[in-house]
Amino acid sequence: MNMQTKSFRSDIGRVRGLGSAKGGTHHWWVMKITSFALIPLTFWFAYSVLHLIGADQAAVQAWVKQPLQAIILLLFIGFSLHHSANGLQTVMEDYIHCPVTKTILMVGNKLLHVVLAAVAAFSIITLALKA
Amino acid sequence: MSDTPAKMSRPRPLSPHLQIYRLPLAAITSITHRATGVALSVGAVVLVAWLYAAANSAECFAQFQSILVSPLGLFCMAGWSLALFYHLCAGVRHLVWDAGVGYKKETTNTTNILVIISALILTGAAWACALPKLPML
Repeated sequence: MNMQTKSFRSDIGRVRGLGSAKGGTHHWWVMKITSFALIPLTFWFAYSVLHLIGADQAAVQAWVKQPLQAIILLLFIGFSLHHSANGLQTVMEDYIHCPVTKTILMVGNKLLHVVLAAVAAFSIITLALKA
Repeated sequence: MSDTPAKMSRPRPLSPHLQIYRLPLAAITSITHRATGVALSVGAVVLVAWLYAAANSAECFAQFQSILVSPLGLFCMAGWSLALFYHLCAGVRHLVWDAGVGYKKETTNTTNILVIISALILTGAAWACALPKLPML
């Protein structure tokens, strides 16, 4: 920006509408909170995956049928997908500069994560309640 | 902007660009954190598909499991496990940074190594437990 340009517009007039979206603090907090939650959940997930190596569907179902495991699995998936949606959004904001492409990708990103969360929740509840 | 032609002909100093600039370890650990995050997002899709296969039917699940233990499947699982533990360790360092601690250059140089070593140890430990349990070994 050439600061020597003569203009009658004030500085505040020039930046108005180009400022922050006022959503940065919330995004940052969401990343911090989901990160914290995911530390113990990741160790639980790694332990569970190791426990389930070579398991057939019946063994997986027996695992999800335990209420505590089903609840922790739902929490792990929920926090992971929320963290993933926000993380990918940051990557898109940083590297995609075309406003149209960026908007389409960012909305698509949110929708995809909501769909994934719905499929995961349906699957976990089905496994937990199926006879 | 108001350079004279004489001034313009002098070669301007160039800032180092990605192709010719040797990234310091701090930059490598930083971009790796981001890259592993993107890789884990892809892994999340596979995890959800795995759960859906389990909810669908025993045959569907068995087929999914056979893909996971194929050579390509195991290669991906190795990559995702390393990505998961790296992102975990580097993420913990981010939380420490956000508390305002560990910004000194010497401290960062140490934690760079610490993050890499911890990620490798956790991945190694996980695979040491996993290998004896793999069906075809």
